[in-house]
Amino acid sequence: MSEVTPTSWTGYLRSDGRKGVRNLVLVVYTVECASHVAHAIAAGEDDVHVVGFSGCYDNQYAINLMLALARHPNIGAVLSVGLGCEYTRPDKIADIAAASGRASDWFYIQNEGGTKPSLERGRAAVRRMREQIHRDVPRVPMTLADLTIGCECGGSDGTSGLAGNPTVGAFFDRLVDAGGNAIFEEIVEMIGLREVMLSRAANAQAKEELAHAYDKAVAYCQAVRQYSVSPGNFAGGLTTIEEKSMGAFAKSGSQPIQGVIKVAQRPPHPGLWLMDSVPDSHFMQFGYTNPNDTEGLMDLISAGSQIILFVTGRGSVIGSPVAPLIKVTGNSQTYRRMQDDMDFDAGRVLTGELSLGDAAAELERAVIAVASGTPSKPEALGHREYFVMYKHQDTPPLQIGCRA
Amino acid sequence: MPSTPRCFRVHPADNVATLLDDAVAGEAQLVGGETLPIHEPIKLGHKIALSDMAAGQTITKFGVPIGHASRNIGRGEWVHLHNCESNFDTRSGGLDLHTGAATDTKYE
Repeated sequence: MSEVTPTSWTGYLRSDGRKGVRNLVLVVYTVECASHVAHAIAAGEDDVHVVGFSGCYDNQYAINLMLALARHPNIGAVLSVGLGCEYTRPDKIADIAAASGRASDWFYIQNEGGTKPSLERGRAAVRRMREQIHRDVPRVPMTLADLTIGCECGGSDGTSGLAGNPTVGAFFDRLVDAGGNAIFEEIVEMIGLREVMLSRAANAQAKEELAHAYDKAVAYCQAVRQYSVSPGNFAGGLTTIEEKSMGAFAKSGSQPIQGVIKVAQRPPHPGLWLMDSVPDSHFMQFGYTNPNDTEGLMDLISAGSQIILFVTGRGSVIGSPVAPLIKVTGNSQTYRRMQDDMDFDAGRVLTGELSLGDAAAELERAVIAVASGTPSKPEALGHREYFVMYKHQDTPPLQIGCRA
Repeated sequence: MPSTPRCFRVHPADNVATLLDDAVAGEAQLVGGETLPIHEPIKLGHKIALSDMAAGQTITKFGVPIGHASRNIGRGEWVHLHNCESNFDTRSGGLDLHTGAATDTKYE
């Protein structure tokens, strides 16, 4: 890595004024029955990513999420693919993407005449739109102030709270000082920290939002009897959800928390934000919140994060579509064992090789390199995992029927 | 790796420290502090008791309660699922001590 840190790089300007660090085509499918066609259209194309919703019944959270991804700053064009029977409307997704200045197209597989004609139609649309966005999307200079970065952790161990998450926290402090947006989530991994969290609120309104989100998360965990701590966490030395929580909270750094955003909401102004991805109480009951790490990453990307930081202790091999994922571990043993998957060894903080401040500065250089176009390790390996689930959040109650 | 395994106390109020190296029976060096006796292997990332604790006593790490002692714990002892319980999550007390695997889900 270069000793001279560039502070500016070239990105892609969208018509809403936001700037992306990639210029991708997104294929969105609107029911599981269309998933094979969507993946086959994108197969072998590094700059064509896929997300989709498997349910036939629609769900407001899932639609909000997919619309946020279709208008994400890293996305230049959208191809929406439906089967033809499902509730979710691919034409609406394509129209809304077009209204945001993106190239877009859509079709129903049934209308095209099945798999083969759909693949031809879809591949042709991708080629056409790719040419268009390579030609037409303006290139602009970007700095840290243009970045929104989300962070979550997964496969945590005893090093995560000592090195991995504190390194990200120290980097988040720098990002906020530079005028950027930092988003952390996993409020179900902040159990036992009510007072610690509230003491970080930027103002009375933020404090109220944090208190509400915390109380809802505890009620959720008690109601569904699920706490966000896994066998791997225990094997890695974490004994309780409270202990894991304090380690996870370290990724928030030390800046004031401006407030709480929900899935598919962009931060209203720059600074540090908490994302509440926990389902709201609903007649279908809470459902599940973070069933896996990928679900949380999708939520962070939906808020406009152009880059995602993922902190692991035990080791993880996930990536993400739409926004490149940078993998940070606080465990040097894990870094050595899974070096092809790990971007950053924050375990050097524990050996005394690096100060926390130096680690944060080095992580910032790594973020800038990825923002400039260098693929992160999960990105280069082709990791594009996604997960869009049924969830009820900020959803008006349905008056008729019992849709999921 | 240094010959004496190190452990780290995050906050002055903590009564546990985190191992920075894998330790076998012998001693551990608290970073910037005393030497602790070790009677059993404790792995990197796991916790060691910095003082004797009575059953029910709050266990503190990062300066916040992370649970309570489910039985008496001696100084230098490994602190984990067998002697520390969450104040929120009741399932964690029933997991396998070494692997963390669930023992309450049926596979047949």
